[in-house]
Amino acid sequence: MSDLTKLSLSEAVSGLRNKEFSSREITQAHLEAMEQARGLNAYLTETPDKAYEMADASDAKIAKGEGGILEGAPIGIKDLFCVDGVKTCAGSKILGEFTPPYESTVTAKLWKDGAVMLGKLNMDEFAMGSSNENSAYGNVISPWQRAGSNAAIVPGGSSGGSAAAVAADLCLAATGTDTGGSIRQPAAFTGLVGMKPTYGRCSRYGIVAFASSLDQAGPITKTVEDAALMLGSMSGFDEKDSTSLSRDVPDFVSACTKSLKGMRIGIPKEYRMDGMPEEIEKLWQQGTQWLRDAGCEIVDVSLPHTKYALPAYYIVAPAEASSNLARYDGMRYGARIDGDDLNSTYERTRAQGFGEEVRRRIMIGTYVLSAGFYDAYYIRAQKVRAKIAEDFKKAWEKCDALLTPTTPSAAFGIGEVSDDPVQMYLNDVFTVTANLAGLPGISVPAALDSQGLPLGLQVIGKALDEETCFAVGGALERAARFNAKATRWW
Amino acid sequence: MFTATRIADKKDWISGATGDWEIIIGLEIHAQVASKAKLFSGSSTEFGSEPNSQVSLVDAAMPGMLPVLNEFCVEQAIRTGFGLNAEINLFSRFDRKNYFYPDLPQGYQISQLYHPIVGEGEIEVDVDGADTIKVGIERLHLEQDAGKSIHDLDPNSTYVDLNRCGVALMEIVSKPDMRSSAEAAGYVKKIRSLVRYLETCDGDMEKGNLRADVNISVRKPGGELGTRCEIKNVNSMRFIAQAIEYEARRQIDIIESGGKIDQETRLFNADTGKTRTMRSKEDAHDYRYFPCPDLLPVKLSQEYVNSIKAALPELPDAKRARFVAEYGLSAYDAGVLVSDREKSAYYEAVAKGNDKKLAANWVINEVFGKLNKENIEIENSPVSAKANNSIVKMITDKTISGKIAKQVFEICWNEGGDPVKIVDERGLKQVTDTGAIEAMIDEIIAANPEQAAKVKDKPKTLGWFVGQVMQKSGGKANPQAVNQLLRSKLL
Repeated sequence: MSDLTKLSLSEAVSGLRNKEFSSREITQAHLEAMEQARGLNAYLTETPDKAYEMADASDAKIAKGEGGILEGAPIGIKDLFCVDGVKTCAGSKILGEFTPPYESTVTAKLWKDGAVMLGKLNMDEFAMGSSNENSAYGNVISPWQRAGSNAAIVPGGSSGGSAAAVAADLCLAATGTDTGGSIRQPAAFTGLVGMKPTYGRCSRYGIVAFASSLDQAGPITKTVEDAALMLGSMSGFDEKDSTSLSRDVPDFVSACTKSLKGMRIGIPKEYRMDGMPEEIEKLWQQGTQWLRDAGCEIVDVSLPHTKYALPAYYIVAPAEASSNLARYDGMRYGARIDGDDLNSTYERTRAQGFGEEVRRRIMIGTYVLSAGFYDAYYIRAQKVRAKIAEDFKKAWEKCDALLTPTTPSAAFGIGEVSDDPVQMYLNDVFTVTANLAGLPGISVPAALDSQGLPLGLQVIGKALDEETCFAVGGALERAARFNAKATRWW
Repeated sequence: MFTATRIADKKDWISGATGDWEIIIGLEIHAQVASKAKLFSGSSTEFGSEPNSQVSLVDAAMPGMLPVLNEFCVEQAIRTGFGLNAEINLFSRFDRKNYFYPDLPQGYQISQLYHPIVGEGEIEVDVDGADTIKVGIERLHLEQDAGKSIHDLDPNSTYVDLNRCGVALMEIVSKPDMRSSAEAAGYVKKIRSLVRYLETCDGDMEKGNLRADVNISVRKPGGELGTRCEIKNVNSMRFIAQAIEYEARRQIDIIESGGKIDQETRLFNADTGKTRTMRSKEDAHDYRYFPCPDLLPVKLSQEYVNSIKAALPELPDAKRARFVAEYGLSAYDAGVLVSDREKSAYYEAVAKGNDKKLAANWVINEVFGKLNKENIEIENSPVSAKANNSIVKMITDKTISGKIAKQVFEICWNEGGDPVKIVDERGLKQVTDTGAIEAMIDEIIAANPEQAAKVKDKPKTLGWFVGQVMQKSGGKANPQAVNQLLRSKLL
């Protein structure tokens, strides 16, 4: 029975459709696995009652030969997504026991397609972090460990709970959100596929906002096909989000096996960083070779403004966050710590409600938007952002997609980087550019490093061309034949 | 930066200990868009509902909620922009103005700082029905209203009503082109009239649907601009005038006694007629404006803007010009009639098929006079425009005299009814039958032979006979006929 948790999402969906097992069975298998894996701290809220109720409904549909593309498949939801009647706290104390009376568009679409909800997944507070050490509810521990060591490793962030849960077979797939790499980096750290679609492909309605112009939802899954299947469900225009794109959702799944013959893959020279581990460099070359073997033409391209991307990101994202998080003031919902007057109530609520990293980013964001600094920081960062988008546009004259490493290193140990925020921010160096330019990017597991930890390769595509990302990602997956799993220790 | 080239009329100068001063006034008017739904949510905007009964998840700033622009409000802003003879910006954008307050759930107000939807314009403003001045418009932008904080329900807490939160406002910013409280009042009246003509705002100042913040500074006539103070929340024409008079005097007194004006925001107290410091420049918020990332820029096509322009109603200035040119009315009368959309519509209904000047006099003197006296709005007039149209028609075709017409109007006012029927049933028709009039005259002459004899020497005494005949006829005798007959008999 426990084997059911080892299935990919696609395998599970077809097994369910063929009535090889019931949704109740596969849901129960996952709930049991979750119970045994609480030490990973991947789930913040488990929703077994809801899960069984949804599973039974799915089984009834399947029995009648009905059901959607994810019918009966149990998945996990990042705690940033509002789910009607389920506690949603975005990994923060300030939201207290907040239970939204409404549903995010993305989760509504998943339920409509038959997915079963197992629970809410841990994350860095308000999606700010690259290691999940910023969760107010304790860090998530990666199921992965370095060879010969039992030191706790970070699962990446901010969708660290999602990554750990999928990697440890605590759900078939999970939703994530990606503002600067928060889907792709944890996917890379845990040997999974993580897809951030084009900005506007998924509605942001009902997702707790971090940085509105960068935030995008996407899946973290075991395979490229799973990511395509799940993104197909999550995507689509939503009139409740003015920035969502009114475009039809293509057949992402069939794109995964598309031939790459004649496709041009760009290798951006600026992504070759000083001090980058040789293993990463080697893997990148290996990936290039795999794509060449698959029939791609490899071209060198230049994205000259890449080095400004991270600083620009760490201005734009905190600026938006400082404003987006103003609503957590203790007045209408969530936690409130009363003071002597209004201002002290605000101060106490926010000082105690937000964690250190969130406070730091609110301070940075407030600073860069202040009178006298706005032009030097915010406006300049926006100009950099435009330049980065232009870099990509120029690159698309030469190639159809870009291949880069996903991260500059493999996962690190808990506490190893957490005292140096700038070092931590460097985790996003290869991923933020896609957010700044609004482009789709996928991370595909490609190899283990010398210590036995997974490494990922990233494919960045043109706006609205997720299909090419899936096609290239699928080819990389087939070539890499990455099938390593974390050895169970929990 | 603003400049203020026009120097105030001498009559508007204020004399101080060191000489004369002039007041420089600019206004920011907040006009609530006449929209059933809020600017970024579908909540109702109805006034006077149960507190917090018109609050959507978006208005309450629940986590993950997003604003969606109400296109109707955009259209109203453009219409109003045309009314202000202003430039319509095909590209505009919403910005966030960040500050903390319990009646501002998002922690920011969505407004338009950098790229307003309407740019510069200019309107003509009547001052006390005598002068006309031009007032420049700096901009019009769309923004959300905040909720309402209620401090007086409980001594220890503040209650918050979010019904108003998110309601669409048009902020209309003038240039500092006014020099007296009368000019400022004229400006507000003109803006109110315009938005009511355009039906983009109901202009109801009592409900706070049209509110003004007044920027005031003083200077020696034609001299360098002084430091300005902003007076918040001045919610009636009368208070605007009061606040300006008080504030100008306060500033002059400070400067003349060697002090300096602090640039600050002041609050008008309607009970005392005074202004007091609300917050100084040092305490001014740093609003950290930046483009709202949840909303796309508003990009308008020229065709769309043109189609809005094509659908505009006739506005007061054009209407007045037409009344003068086509109807031959005086500029003053035309101004009175077009000052309000309802008034002008009422007049046009009365004038239809009648003599336009006669109708104008009738409406201004009789109808508006009575309404003013009874303090009734034209919309609630007990006598309809249709009834007045009949009355004026009967005056024109001499069915009744002007005097009887007033009587008929009174009857309609008090009892209602169709004026034609009233005239008919009560026998108020003018007597034009010369035979009948002659009989009456003969009777009166016979009864007053001495008086009749005097008329030849003193023709002015003829009036006495006219009066007698009119009295005898119950006012129904045609005065012209009476005059003619009397003259032929007595002179």
